Amino acid sequence: MGANAHGSNTKRIWMVFIYLSLLTIVEVALGIVKPAFLFYTEFLTLSLLNWIFILMTIWKAYYIMWAFMHLEGEKASFRWSIVGTLAFLCVYLTAIVLIEGEYIHQVFQNSSYKWIF
Amino acid sequence: MGATVTTAATKEKVWGGGASQQPLGASYGKMMMWYFILSDALTFCGFLVAYGFTRFKFIDSWPIADEVFNHFPFLHGMNLPMYYVALMTFILIFSSVTMVLAVDAGHQMKKNKVAVYMLLTIVGGFIFLGSQAWEWKNFITGTYGAVETQGGQILQFVDKDGKRVALADFADTSVPNERVALNNSEAFWFLGNSTPPTYSVAQIQAGLEKNPDVLIRTQFDEGRHKKVILSREETLAQASQFKYVVEGANLVRNEYGHKSFADLFFFITGFHGFHVATGVLLNIIIFFNVLLGTYERRRSYEMVEKVGLYWHFVDLVWVFVFTFFYLV
Repeated sequence: MGANAHGSNTKRIWMVFIYLSLLTIVEVALGIVKPAFLFYTEFLTLSLLNWIFILMTIWKAYYIMWAFMHLEGEKASFRWSIVGTLAFLCVYLTAIVLIEGEYIHQVFQNSSYKWIF
Repeated sequence: MGATVTTAATKEKVWGGGASQQPLGASYGKMMMWYFILSDALTFCGFLVAYGFTRFKFIDSWPIADEVFNHFPFLHGMNLPMYYVALMTFILIFSSVTMVLAVDAGHQMKKNKVAVYMLLTIVGGFIFLGSQAWEWKNFITGTYGAVETQGGQILQFVDKDGKRVALADFADTSVPNERVALNNSEAFWFLGNSTPPTYSVAQIQAGLEKNPDVLIRTQFDEGRHKKVILSREETLAQASQFKYVVEGANLVRNEYGHKSFADLFFFITGFHGFHVATGVLLNIIIFFNVLLGTYERRRSYEMVEKVGLYWHFVDLVWVFVFTFFYLV
């Protein structure tokens, strides 16, 4: 509750709206243009373009959670209990499951299974 | 804690309630909303990871999102990937802004301002839901149609330049359709019957032979994000393998490619849409409470803040759905 005593935050809100809009516009522009050097260069089985999309998404998530959901005004311990848990579990799950998906793809390619698995 | 025996030394370390020295500095309601959001975020993370898993599993045969989601209202027949979902993203971000402005007005105890911003948020929510319904309609109806083989693969049709060709453009309708829809008017109301596709397999096969320009495009990538297109001889050889005509999408098969693609699309965007609908409902309830002056009497608009958290969460999830379904 401590953070609620502040006055008006309108300016910050509109700034964050502009940041979010700009990020979205850049994402969409990149998604339509698909610059060849980003699209066809791969890093850790993902194209550079996809890495950019993912990083920009996390950047947008940061703005939404910190400014709109007002995590920037909460106690650090509270913030950690949410974002720390979420970041750790999501990264862990994503890494382990996607590596498994890639492995199954290899099984398709290199074994006698052809389509149904 | 007052009823139990405590020593002076421990007294200051133990939280006995009260707003000023709460361990996490957040009220009970807000804290629980955050932890609900945490668990819900993990659920969505699980869904999106399932999508990623399926996609990596079929990495060389996954549909190209740009070709699936390329519609825009009032601009028929044009290839406009991404614009519509970008618009939906803006609608949701904007309704997030009005929501946070409502919370901000609540801090200043301005009842009318809170009500106006809540109303705008609700309107934004409805517009988003309508947009999603339109998106689903396009997805379910489909554009070009495709054919499924005995082996369960989806084959699409292209012309010599690699441009997509709709079934309607080459199907030979002079071949009699062996399957007809049974309608109430023919007194078949008592029979269960799924709607047959517009064209039969035989009509597609005959049309394929008559139109030398039509080629089959398979689900597989030849590298560089392009699908393999069969030669004319291979196309005609494949025709005997046709099993179903597929138009649009349902939970069993879809014209875009892999079966799991439509299932995951329906499930993930559907679950998100369900969250939006719930959010709109909560917003409406809070909106009426604001109008009735409930929070004015309580001298605190914290309830607006709590539903606000949920509403922003819905926006947050959409940001990720947008990336993984439409961009990546």
